[in-house]
Amino acid sequence: MNRPFLFAAQLGLTLLVAAFLVIPVLMSMLAGVTVNFFQGISSGLTLRWVWRVLDLYADTLALSLGLALACLACTLVLGVPAAYALAKRPSRLTRLIEEMLVVPVAVPGLATALALLIAYGGFREFRTSAAFILVGHVLFTLPFMIRAVLAVLSSIDLKTLEEGARSLGASFPHRFFGVILPNCRSGILAGSLMVVTLSIGEFNLTWMLHTPLTKTLPVGLADSYASMRLEIGSAYTLIFFILILPLLMAMQALSRPRRRKET
Amino acid sequence: MTTPGTRIRLTGCAKTFADGTRALEPLDLEVNAGETLVFLGPSGCGKTTTLRLIAGLEMPDACGRILFDDEDVTALPIEKRNVGMVFQSYALFPNMSVAGNIAYGLKIRRVPEAERRRRVAEMLEMMRITELADRSIDQLSGGQRQRVALARALAVEPRVLLLDEPLTALDAKLREDLRLEIDRLLRRLGITAIYVTHDQAEAMALGDRIVVMSKGKVAQIGRPRDIYLKPADRFVADFIGNINRLSGMVRNGLLELPGGTLPWDSPDGPLQAALRPESLRIAEDGLPGLTGTVISAFFLGDRQRLLVEGVAPEPLIVDAPNRIEISAGDTVRLTFDADALIPLSH
Amino acid sequence: MSDMRENTLLALLLAPALLVFVAFFLLPIGRLALAAGSGPDGIMAYAAILTDARYRESLIATVLLSAGVTLATLALCAVCGLFLERNRFPGRAVLIGIMTLPLSFPGVVVGFLVIMLAGRQGLIGDLTQALTGSKLVFAYSMAGLFIGYLYFSIPRVILTVMASAEKLDRRLEEAARSLGASTFAVTRDVILPGLLPALLSSGAICFATSMGAFGTAFTLATNIDVLPMVIYTEFTLHANIAMAAALSLILGLITWAVLALARTAAGSSVAAAG
Repeated sequence: MNRPFLFAAQLGLTLLVAAFLVIPVLMSMLAGVTVNFFQGISSGLTLRWVWRVLDLYADTLALSLGLALACLACTLVLGVPAAYALAKRPSRLTRLIEEMLVVPVAVPGLATALALLIAYGGFREFRTSAAFILVGHVLFTLPFMIRAVLAVLSSIDLKTLEEGARSLGASFPHRFFGVILPNCRSGILAGSLMVVTLSIGEFNLTWMLHTPLTKTLPVGLADSYASMRLEIGSAYTLIFFILILPLLMAMQALSRPRRRKET
Repeated sequence: MTTPGTRIRLTGCAKTFADGTRALEPLDLEVNAGETLVFLGPSGCGKTTTLRLIAGLEMPDACGRILFDDEDVTALPIEKRNVGMVFQSYALFPNMSVAGNIAYGLKIRRVPEAERRRRVAEMLEMMRITELADRSIDQLSGGQRQRVALARALAVEPRVLLLDEPLTALDAKLREDLRLEIDRLLRRLGITAIYVTHDQAEAMALGDRIVVMSKGKVAQIGRPRDIYLKPADRFVADFIGNINRLSGMVRNGLLELPGGTLPWDSPDGPLQAALRPESLRIAEDGLPGLTGTVISAFFLGDRQRLLVEGVAPEPLIVDAPNRIEISAGDTVRLTFDADALIPLSH
Repeated sequence: MSDMRENTLLALLLAPALLVFVAFFLLPIGRLALAAGSGPDGIMAYAAILTDARYRESLIATVLLSAGVTLATLALCAVCGLFLERNRFPGRAVLIGIMTLPLSFPGVVVGFLVIMLAGRQGLIGDLTQALTGSKLVFAYSMAGLFIGYLYFSIPRVILTVMASAEKLDRRLEEAARSLGASTFAVTRDVILPGLLPALLSSGAICFATSMGAFGTAFTLATNIDVLPMVIYTEFTLHANIAMAAALSLILGLITWAVLALARTAAGSSVAAAG
């Protein structure tokens, strides 16, 4: 087997896979601004469907963004201190706790949602509020925040850094806010992007937990796919992409320089 | 800027870790005000544990007490002890600039901005790193980092400066330069300093006194000269410099060794002693000497190091002058003075 | 600070996260387990997944589908990931960007993308219509589901493979070459064993995610009998809460076990998403 042939074959396959991933995205984006997708581009471009979607589903957008931010706040408050505690004392116990906290990600959202419904579905106020969905999102995204922060904390010499600060007279709050947090900024940022992205796109749990008054963006998407014409579903998807692609790109940009440094 | 030295006393300080390992046997120790005391020993000997006890990073077992001058600081955590600490891995804050690092301790102590700036500038100048003030930590070389770490530790005018293997992470040439600089600095400031190292050359150069430690116990405390020339036991003799072992028999005014005899002025009987490589000389022609064969010869520049067998029961390490032409296989005659022998108890 | 005080502090920092976990996960899962046993079949609800033909078949179909997706994803990603890591060419960064971007696209959206590709108005349908005269439409079946799962599995696995390929010791390959090994032999004997932990762990994520995925099937068709869809219909259409609870617990146990197993095998941290 000669090298150029091998290169070409691999490149070909890679291009094919890339095409498989990107073409439907482009198609759906295009469909969202096409007058009539069945007739094709020749029918002309329009923003009509996008306006329609905003008209019909603006509340789902607002709820999803609000949920994502609330979820971010919760995972920061819960996750960052937890990650610090786990990093500070690597022992069998903390390892076990870490494993435990990750279980909600390993278990399908459907199961978690059913469990939440059975346990808390009886509390009407809670059940019908967006907080019910928030709980699900926090459960599902918290491990990602903890993991991201923990990864950075375990890569720096936390112990010596803190001893250095202590030798200079820094008490725990001083150390935590002045030394530890600034030094795991990259982990917090990566975790935050992940949490927001996952929360905005979460469907498995949310579909079970939502009520007609608490519809999130993906719930609305499923709804539009099932009951609206293709162009509206596409336009809605387009809006979703516009929302989520910058987040995903930021995540890529964030992970790239760090990977290069490691080598 | 003069920091009056603090006298440090440890009484009955032992340390047992949570897993049951005894890192330090009960230790009584007094560090004089303004003195530089070096803890020397192999890894795991308890030297770092002792330093961490003095720092307040570890608490001694129940009976131990630590005093700074007359103040009992045993229960004070490191944050409250006002010590300066320099770490092997620098422990500089990557999120702050050089100046930010140096100012950190002052900020914690709520020193006013103007005073803080003046103090940082003074420290930068003292460590000759003024031009690095605004650099971030990851732009610095190892030597520069350790200078910043020193400046940071000294900026708060600590009662005692604690240095935990500060030069170990640096390469040889830099280590020597910085060692000289630290030495000058400590003498000028007159601060009480405790320095932990496993490098005997560093210990010799810096220490007013050296504490040699082994297996959680003090093996010997003394001036570098005393430790080198009069080691208390085999461990100390072995750990500091190279050592040769001699065992022979004195009979009728002659010391008998496998390589021959030397005139010897001591009562008859077996002789067990140690001898430094530099105490062995090539005997002048016509004078008594012990004959041996050179197994290997390394030219080291300022001297040459020979390994000679046949003279004593074990091969001897000999430091010979660099001008004599010697190579492996040559026969040499060696001699030494009686007062160069180090008596060994065991 | 003494060890005791520090332990208290660390416990306090961990407590909120643990509290949320216990109150909103552990407790509800416990309730779920109880609910599963409180149906007309009692504790036997758990056995139904094997004794009842419909559940058994859906379990088998889901496992087969997930295993197929996993194998296909691993094969594709091993080739593409190695290729992208080992070669430098213009456009490489863009390709990597494209291939990792769909990371964490929700299942519903992926389902819609499958419709774009293989649905009634999809690209493949149009192409086959033009080429052969008959329209190929397979979005609303197992095949569509396969394509969809492949879609959301590739980005995640390719990232892991690339990260792992980057850490491979090139000198091992050079040593093998110096001993006369062909490209094929080097790949088989050096590269693939080196990638094995990454393939195992990302394969486990891929499998577990596929087992539990719900959104894609939901978008494509409600009559594809994969386990999550069965659970969903039991719960909503038949109001058979006990059975839905039992099935979802078993499903959760399977995905968790697969991940735990792979983690022990690969020695790295693994978590599913999506």
